[in-house]
Parts: sequence; structure tokens; C-alpha cells
Amino acid sequence: MSGRAWVFGDDVDTDAIAPGAWMKFDIDVLSRHCLEALDPAFARGVRAGDVLVAGRNFGCGSSREQAAQALRHLGLAAVVARSFAGLFYRNAINLGLPVLECEQAGRIPAGAEVALDLEAAAIRLAGGETLRCAPIPGFLLDILRAGGLLNQLERRLAAARERKPA
Amino acid sequence: MPQTLAQKLVARAAGRAAVTPGEIVVCRVDLAMFHDSSGPRRLKPMLERLGARLWDPARIVLVTDHYVTGDDAESRAIVGLARDWARAEGIRNFHDGVGICHVVLAESGYLRPGMFAVGADSHSPTGGAFGAYMFGIGATEMLGVVVTGEIWLRVPDTILIEWNGRFGDCVCAKDVMLYLCERFGLDGGAYQALEYAGSAVEALPMQERMTLANMTAELGGQTGLIAPDAVTCDYLAQAGVRESEIDIAPWRSDAGAPLAAHHRFDAGALAPQVAAPHSPANARPVAEFENVAIDVAYVGACTGAKLEDLRMAARLLRGRRVARGVELLVAPASRKDQDAARREGVLGALEDAGARLLPNACGLCAGYGERFAPEARVVSTTARNFRGRMGAASTEVFLASPYTVAASALVGRIADPRAVLQ
Repeated sequence: MSGRAWVFGDDVDTDAIAPGAWMKFDIDVLSRHCLEALDPAFARGVRAGDVLVAGRNFGCGSSREQAAQALRHLGLAAVVARSFAGLFYRNAINLGLPVLECEQAGRIPAGAEVALDLEAAAIRLAGGETLRCAPIPGFLLDILRAGGLLNQLERRLAAARERKPA
Repeated sequence: MPQTLAQKLVARAAGRAAVTPGEIVVCRVDLAMFHDSSGPRRLKPMLERLGARLWDPARIVLVTDHYVTGDDAESRAIVGLARDWARAEGIRNFHDGVGICHVVLAESGYLRPGMFAVGADSHSPTGGAFGAYMFGIGATEMLGVVVTGEIWLRVPDTILIEWNGRFGDCVCAKDVMLYLCERFGLDGGAYQALEYAGSAVEALPMQERMTLANMTAELGGQTGLIAPDAVTCDYLAQAGVRESEIDIAPWRSDAGAPLAAHHRFDAGALAPQVAAPHSPANARPVAEFENVAIDVAYVGACTGAKLEDLRMAARLLRGRRVARGVELLVAPASRKDQDAARREGVLGALEDAGARLLPNACGLCAGYGERFAPEARVVSTTARNFRGRMGAASTEVFLASPYTVAASALVGRIADPRAVLQ
């Protein structure tokens, strides 16, 4: 997967990603306000396949999984950050949003074309440079490949039903 | 091999004799809690798609607290959906509009030392104050829990944070956590288990311990644990838990258990703290803020409006009036705490000082309904002052303890409660 980089700083919180005032509405409405306090052009400007790049502790704060859902809904291919808040990291995987922890995320300039390889945990920049990321454990890659935990559960339950006909 | 409290709690839930930090285990969940925003509105459509049943309705607790003020049709629909779902699914542990989930969960006697519990809310580490491994998850992960009864976990490292000695007058758990946010940053907890210990922590009443565990979320820890003791047992007895159901003996860290870090602090050296906009990590001693004029003083949230918090505010406000032009808002964290505060004269002292009472709900802290005005300057007992969370981007929220918020309401500027009491 590849796309343009949207670059943000450290400690981007889930209140900024999924603003509270819009939480009572569906994801279509909520995602239009995604990160508007930090970059009013973001939600309108994102194209399918773009990548969000951030500093440390991305997604800190609230457990609201609409933060990960909104980013995915806008079409982002992945979030790359120096580090993630643990709760957001789990939510992102569960919602099928790829997340890559990259110590060198700061080397990616805004607007750069980046190509991601989740299995290899690597990011390739347009100039040919490759940035190594922390590998995603296999059982989490499985959830991402299924498109999220809901899809994975659905397949598991269907398989269990087939084994044990009612 | 000596084990930390966190390791022991996870090992029990994973059905293992011992676990090692870093390994991935699957744990059986003893208790799953969610609220109107994170719960039925998101779980119901997913459960329907799966055609799945709840693994154990008796282990599920539902609390409505985020949208219960019903400010508009959307909010009322979210709460209505939660009520209908609870009825249809036979959820008996349903607490409707009687307080904030973390406080209701504790006061209703659901938490026990040794439990492994999850909550669909980031402040779920609050349960760690009881020596239970409790942490926050999102709604889809909660779906996995309520369908399978299980959840995966990376066995955490333990960061031991000791406070010894005695806290000074008007210094409390909230000051401790703001200080730690400044000292270690919002990712200082590294999504590991934090354990709070030391003579100053042992001297704290249960709700103050809950404030420590609660704000572990702001420190970026997964859970915030406190080894249970006689204080825990007394609180649980009052919450209606039978003595035979409480066993505290196994639930403490062994001497020599492996620690990722061990920090020691002198409780007596800590001053009241204030965190400037827009991060809890912007904390500094109150003296550095004393010329900051305020419009609103807010006593609210699971972090800062429990009975103990209301008592702290009343100690400053009793027999005094808030400064002209300052609005003092008080949203007691639960109806039970509000009733107790009423009985002991605490609520009356707040009202006589000029406080306006708000519903027992998340209220302005969540920012899901009523919000602070643009440009308003607020001093608040809540946990988070991220830009735009509780109001507009131009709203300025300063975080402080109930003592400091009450003192500031009286003076009209951010004020040191110790000076106000003199």
C-alpha cells in the first residue's frame, strides 16, 4: 500500500481525532471533524490510501474506538507513529486500521509518498530509503487481514457452527 | 520466582501458575463493564450481525452516564437504546443515571481483590485500586469479550511508584497524579502495570486510591494497582460484599519481584499542583499560577467529584461565598455519594457557598453534551484538559485538586488552598 503522508506531532489525543461534540452522530458525520482542531483541511483533504504519520503516544486519552474508525472511514491506509497509546493500538487493530510503530517516523516529511509493507514491518520512502518498524505480532496481523475483529469473530463463529450442526 | 501483583492477577486469569512479562496470554474475564456511549449502541448491531449470545449476562455491568442528561434527540436515543437492550438481554446489573460508571462499579460492590476485569472506558484502571486487574478497551474488543468471555494480554512489566511519609495539608491524590504526569509524560506508563505503594498511599481512603488508579490512564499505564488491605476490606463491607467473598492475602507483590522501574517520592515535599492547558503533563506547583483569573470552577467527574472530593471542596467553601463573577459547578460522581454528602452537610456547604448542582453524570468532562463557552477559563477537578475536549478550541481548562478548585472559586483566581485556609 502507498499514499501521501499527513504529518502530526506528539500526544495526539482521541478527543482531537473523534471530537466529543460529534460523538453522538454516526461515523460519516463524526469523521468530517476528525483532527479539525489540529488541521482543518485534513478530513476534506485525505485521499484513499494516504498515511497518517505522527510522533510519540498517538491516540492517547479516551477509549473511543471511533477515533480509529474515523481514520479508516476517511480512507487512510495506515497510521505510522514513533509510538502509540496502548488502548488506541488495540482499537486500531480491532477496527482493521493498520498501525506501524516506527522509531524514525520523524524522517517522513509531510506530503511524501510512502509505501508500507505490514508483513515486513517496513516503510519505503520515494527516495529509496527504507525505515524499519516494530513487527506486528502474527495474531494481530491475522485480525488486520480479516479486516478487523468483527469479521474475524464472524468467520470463527461460522466455522464453529459448521463443525457442530444444530 | 517472586512475582509482582500484576503478574499474579494475570496468571490467575490465564489459568497459569506464573507468567513472565512480555508473553502473550489469553485471560478469562470476571467482569465486563460498559456505558451508554461505548456499550449497547455499538454492541447491539455487531451482536446481531454475529447472531451471537452474551457469554454471561451476570458478569456484565451496564451504567448509563455519558448521555443521561438527554440534551437532544440523539442523546435520548442512545440512552433509550441502552435501556431497551438491557431489558431484552436480561442485564440485571444495570445502573441507569445514578452516577459515573467507575464510581458506581465500586460503590455497588462488584469489584473484588484478585479479579480480572475490563471496562469500555479509558478510566477503567480505577478498579485497580481494589487489587483487581482492570483496564480500558474499545467497543469492538468488548464485543469479543461479551461473546467469548476472553481477552488477550501482553503480560505487563510493573512500574512501582512509592510515596512515603505524609502528604501535607490540602495535598491529595489528584496532586500526586498531576505531578507524575509532568514528571513522566502522558506515555510514562508505557502501557504497563503501575503499582502505587508506600506509607502515604496506605494512609489514603479508598476513593483517594481510586483517583490514583483512575489517572493511570493519563500516565499511559494499562492498569494502576494498589495492594488491598484493611481499608479495602472496610470499603467493600460497606458496599455490601460479604467477608467470605474477600481474600486479600494473595494479592500483593513479592519482595524481589521483577520491576521495570522503581520510583520513590517524599509525600511531604509535594505541593498542590495545577496543570495548564492543554495537557495534564503541564503540571506545576500552584504558586506558579496565582495570577490566573478564572470564570468557572468545576467539581466533577469520576476523577474529582466522589464523596471524598466533595468533602475536600466543602472544607474550603464552608461558611464562605464564591468570588463575584465566578461560576461554581458541582456534579457529584454518583447519587449515592451525593446523598451521603447531603446527610453529612457537605452538599449544603457547597450550595450555601453558591455552587450550582449538576446531574450525577460524566457531564462537562466528557464534552458529549453541555460544553464550556469559547474563551472561558476553567479550573477543574477532572482528568483531561486536551484542547477542545470540554469546550471550544479557545476554552482554557486548568486541572487541579478539589481543594485547589474550591480555593480558586473563592478567590476568583487560581489559589493555593493552604493560603485560603489560613
